[in-house]
Amino acid sequence: MSKIAVPRVPSKRLKSKLSATPPAPSTEPSAAALKIRPVRRADLDAVIEIDTMVTGLEKRAYWNSLYRRYADAVATGQHFLVAVRGDETIGFVIGEVRDWEFGAPPCGWVFAIDVHPQARLSGAATQLLKAICDNFRKAGVSKVRTMLARDNTLILSFFRSQGMMIGPFIPLELDLEP
Amino acid sequence: MKLQQNTRLALYSLLEFAAAPERQISAAEIAQKYAVSSHHLAKVLAELSRVGMVQSVRGVGGGYRFVGNARRLTLMDVISRFEDVLPAENVGSQQTPVGHALASVLSEIDEIARASMSSITLATMLRITERQQQGSR
Repeated sequence: MSKIAVPRVPSKRLKSKLSATPPAPSTEPSAAALKIRPVRRADLDAVIEIDTMVTGLEKRAYWNSLYRRYADAVATGQHFLVAVRGDETIGFVIGEVRDWEFGAPPCGWVFAIDVHPQARLSGAATQLLKAICDNFRKAGVSKVRTMLARDNTLILSFFRSQGMMIGPFIPLELDLEP
Repeated sequence: MKLQQNTRLALYSLLEFAAAPERQISAAEIAQKYAVSSHHLAKVLAELSRVGMVQSVRGVGGGYRFVGNARRLTLMDVISRFEDVLPAENVGSQQTPVGHALASVLSEIDEIARASMSSITLATMLRITERQQQGSR
């Protein structure tokens, strides 16, 4: 019979998870309803601000390029959606249908999703994911995939909470010698 | 990935409690459902109570109640109370080139397991259970 571990004092991190009361959102929820719609040029500054806040890197050229390729590109299976509350863009999701890459039949791929830290815990990311999955369904695919860093526990937890499970692929990498 | 019996009992118990947070559930009820000894289960529940994940309720109709936050507590939070989850240190044979190479391959699997367990909350686990039940009907 295995032994119970030697008692250890619960860490501060664990103690914060023991409250039965869920943490309140960082800001008061706005009275305005949340809308999910395709991105517009005017949303880009907010998208860049959210991404910069989360990643620590401002990638303005990258986002401008992404906007040029993904805005108004539904016909080619590309989707760039934003979550808007009132007149504020508070989140985004980007993805596309990819055919036969890595040997897989056509499926939807989500390769970016985020919500302004002060607007989290209000269901925005859930609605963003639902919206892009609805678009994937309309495009005729029945599976959605994503990939993320294994130490990104926050987003991993989110995708898990939405029902995603580990897929049949293994990402591999190699350092290229100069 | 194999979990020790105490760890599995802890997870089973917590998920039963978290699925019905308004209920007081006795150790005997869980022991019967999972075909384990109440005495053994009591030790596991004592540890869960000590760290504040469940609360024992004394008196007639007593039992245990879930008092954690199912949306924040992860499987790793529970597992780490009962098992050594730290990466293995490179000692002895692992300090040879072959030992080191094998350790690096095995650590890939450990890292994925750790990431999975750390990202699945009790609330998510309950949803997975529900989905699988619906799928099997």
